[in-house]
Formats: sequence, C-alpha cells, structure tokens
Amino acid sequence: MHALWHPLLQSLRIALLATAGAGLVAIPLAYLLARRQFSGKALAETLLTLPLVLPPTVVGYFLIVLLGRNGLLGRPFHFSIMWTWYGAAVAAGVVAFPLLFMPTRASFEGVDRELEDISRLMGANRFQVFWHVSLPLAGRGIASGFLLAFARALGEFGATVMVLGIRDSTRTLPIFVYDEFEELNPAGFVPAVLLLFGVALVVIVLYNHLFVRGSKKN
Amino acid sequence: MSRKLIFIAVVLLGGLTCFGDSVTVSAAISLKEVLTEIANLYQTDTGNKADLNFGASGTLAVQIQQGAPVDLFISAGNKEVNALSAAGLVDAATRQVVAGNQLVLIVPRDFADPPAKFEDLLDARFRHVAIGQPKVVPAGQYAMQTLKSAGLDEKLSSKLVMGENVRQVLSYVMRGEAEAGMVYATDAAAAGDAVRVAIQVDESTHDPIVYPAEIVKSGRYPAARQFLSYLGGDKARQVFLRHGFTEPTPQPATRN
Repeated sequence: MHALWHPLLQSLRIALLATAGAGLVAIPLAYLLARRQFSGKALAETLLTLPLVLPPTVVGYFLIVLLGRNGLLGRPFHFSIMWTWYGAAVAAGVVAFPLLFMPTRASFEGVDRELEDISRLMGANRFQVFWHVSLPLAGRGIASGFLLAFARALGEFGATVMVLGIRDSTRTLPIFVYDEFEELNPAGFVPAVLLLFGVALVVIVLYNHLFVRGSKKN
Repeated sequence: MSRKLIFIAVVLLGGLTCFGDSVTVSAAISLKEVLTEIANLYQTDTGNKADLNFGASGTLAVQIQQGAPVDLFISAGNKEVNALSAAGLVDAATRQVVAGNQLVLIVPRDFADPPAKFEDLLDARFRHVAIGQPKVVPAGQYAMQTLKSAGLDEKLSSKLVMGENVRQVLSYVMRGEAEAGMVYATDAAAAGDAVRVAIQVDESTHDPIVYPAEIVKSGRYPAARQFLSYLGGDKARQVFLRHGFTEPTPQPATRN
C-alpha cells in the first residue's frame, strides 16, 4: 500500500482544490442564472454545462491552448498550466464543474421566491437573502453536487494526464493505474483499482442514502 | 447442384484473398514519415499494402506480447527485439537492421541562449528537460546513457519529464513546455524550424542507435519477408538517407 500513498495524496489535493474552485465559481453563477434574465443567458448555460459532454482530452487540449506555455494567456503572462498539481486541479475542476453547477442551479430554482421576497421586505439586503435564505434552503442539492463533483475530480484522467504528463513523482491514482497497467505490473495497479472502486462505491452509496431516499421522504 | 456452386464460389472468394498480401508492421514512431513514404513506393512497386502502426518500441512490444496481429516489428533499439525474441515471439533468424540514427539535444525555436554543453542544463532557466520514458522508449534509454556518462543523470532527475514516445518529447519542446529535450536528429528534421538543435550528441556516450526488424512468429511470413527485403533495397535506402537516417552499422548476431 505504500506505493499508493503519494498518488492518493496527489489525487486528494487535486480533487479538493478542483471542487473548491468549482464551487466558488458555480454557486454565484448558478444563483445568477436561476434568478436573472439577461441577453446571452442561453450561451452562458451552454458553455457552463459543455464540459459534461466534451471528451476530457478535448477539455485538456483547450486548456493547454489557453493556459500552456505558448497559450493565449500563458504566453503574454509567462506561465504554464503544465506539470503542476494546481494546473491539474484546473483541468479536473473544469471537467467536474457541470456536476456541481447543474444541481446547484436546480436547487436555487426550487427555493420558494416568496421566502426570499419576505426576507427582503423585512430589511435584508440581496447578499443577506442569498446567504441566510436561499443558500441554506438550496443546501441539500448543493451538497449533492459537491459530492458528485469531488468524485469526478478524483477519478479524472483524460484532461489531467495531458496537463500533468506521466511522471512517477506526480501521478494521480488514475494515472498510476494506467501507468502500472501499461507496464504489466498487477502488484501496482490492482490495489489502486480496488481503492478507486471502493471510493466510487462509497460515494454512490452516500449519494443515494443522503440525496435520493431522503428526498422521497419529503 | 446449387450446393456445389456455393462451394466453388466460396473457394474462389477464399482464393481471391491470397492476392494482395498486405503486411501489418509495428514500427518505432521515429520511423513515421520515412516508412509512410516507403510504404507508398512499396504499394506502387508490388501492389501490396503495408499497414503501419507506430508507437514507442516498448509499447509496441507489449502489444505483440498481448497477441496483437502484427507481421513485422521494427524497433528503435535492440532491447525490445531481444526481449520478444527471448519470449519466442519473433524470429531472430529474420533479423535485419534497416537504418541507424543520431541523438540530438533540441530547444524551442525562439529559445534565447541555447545550451552549448549538457552541464548547461543544470542552469535554472531549464525548468523541464524532456526525454523518452526509458522503460518503453529507446530514445529515452540512449538519452539516459548520455546523461549518465556526463554524470548528470542524478543531478537532472528532478527536472526530467518523460514522454511516452519520442514524438511526445518533441511535442513538449515544440510547445515550449520543456526548455530542452533529447530526440533523434530525424525527429528534429521532421519538426522543421519549430525546434533548434543545440547539441549533436557524441555517439560514444550511448549504445549504437539501430532499427532492427524481425518477423513476428505468428505473423504472415511471405508478406513480411517481401516488405523486409524491400526495406533493404536501394530505393528504400535512398529514402532513409534523405530523411536523415544513417546507414545501419554492422551488428553482431543477436544474443537470445
């Protein structure tokens, strides 16, 4: 199991940063799209949910075109997304983003507007309404989005491997599985496969228990 | 009566597949352009098709181990071919070296102040140095031999990034993600002015770079033999030379 330690830590920190970053962007945007109309809304919706169906390698390609050493932003600002775990977190975050954005937006839409209106009448400003009324009421759906997004970021391979490359010192668990498999080393990949499978199982059981059966009770 | 006709038709159709002896070749990815050109000439000259499959020699060897339907295997080094030979998967008696090559150190096109010697790579302006993954890429094995002989393999290890094949190494340097990389002279030539050759590696610092070909035992011998002998012919030789490959150096018999 010792060989799994570094890939596990690497996967965890990438997934945590990816999910946190996705959340910071998804929650305000989801609230905006749930409550406001504006020109270009349909385009925004399309772009924000596109990574759900784009092949991860295509996502990786676009990220490198934008944020690589010779990228549209990378070149003028002298940075590159490549080789770094936080670069990988950007890739995983983009891929996992729709899994957080969509349930969050649906949850905000499901919040009773009257409750928001009442609290405004009682003197709360827009941020206070969001923070004290909308967010808690949408909390369940948002939590379910976080769970799925985290699991997706943990299991991300296509975009992540394009950004990280395959280096012994930076492998995530999925990259570890691929690398060890390509070298025909079952002692390496079998424990990793079992670990990832176990994590996925736990996530789905949690998801169903907390967010599916629970909603049926209501 | 009709059953006889069907039988004859099936036999005739089966016979027709004997015409057009296509050969499936798994070849080191550094041979991509040169073999594609030779295969076109081969088809014009013989009417037979060569289906080419490119990748890192080690990766291709694993595919053959796993039973991939390949007739001829052309590696960029002896290690992979010897391993398959020892496993009884390729026929050592058919071994033929088709070309040689040279190793170079490249930098991105607009890189200021390219390295003059390998020790320069220790400088901070080289954040990432790309070589092939030695476990599966012969170019990576040659690169590591060179770095070892310069006493730099340990010191550079934190900067090394490994490509899954030599073309990925080339790609990393072309994109500027690696400030330097070690590829074959022919790869640098294929990339044109997208990269600059900074150092022509001294041949004495690594094993001779050779491309041995051997017929896969489970493959189609006649087709493989025909293509292999075409590769040794004058026409193919000229194409190799034009792409920057060197004449194959004389090789000792394979040790199995």
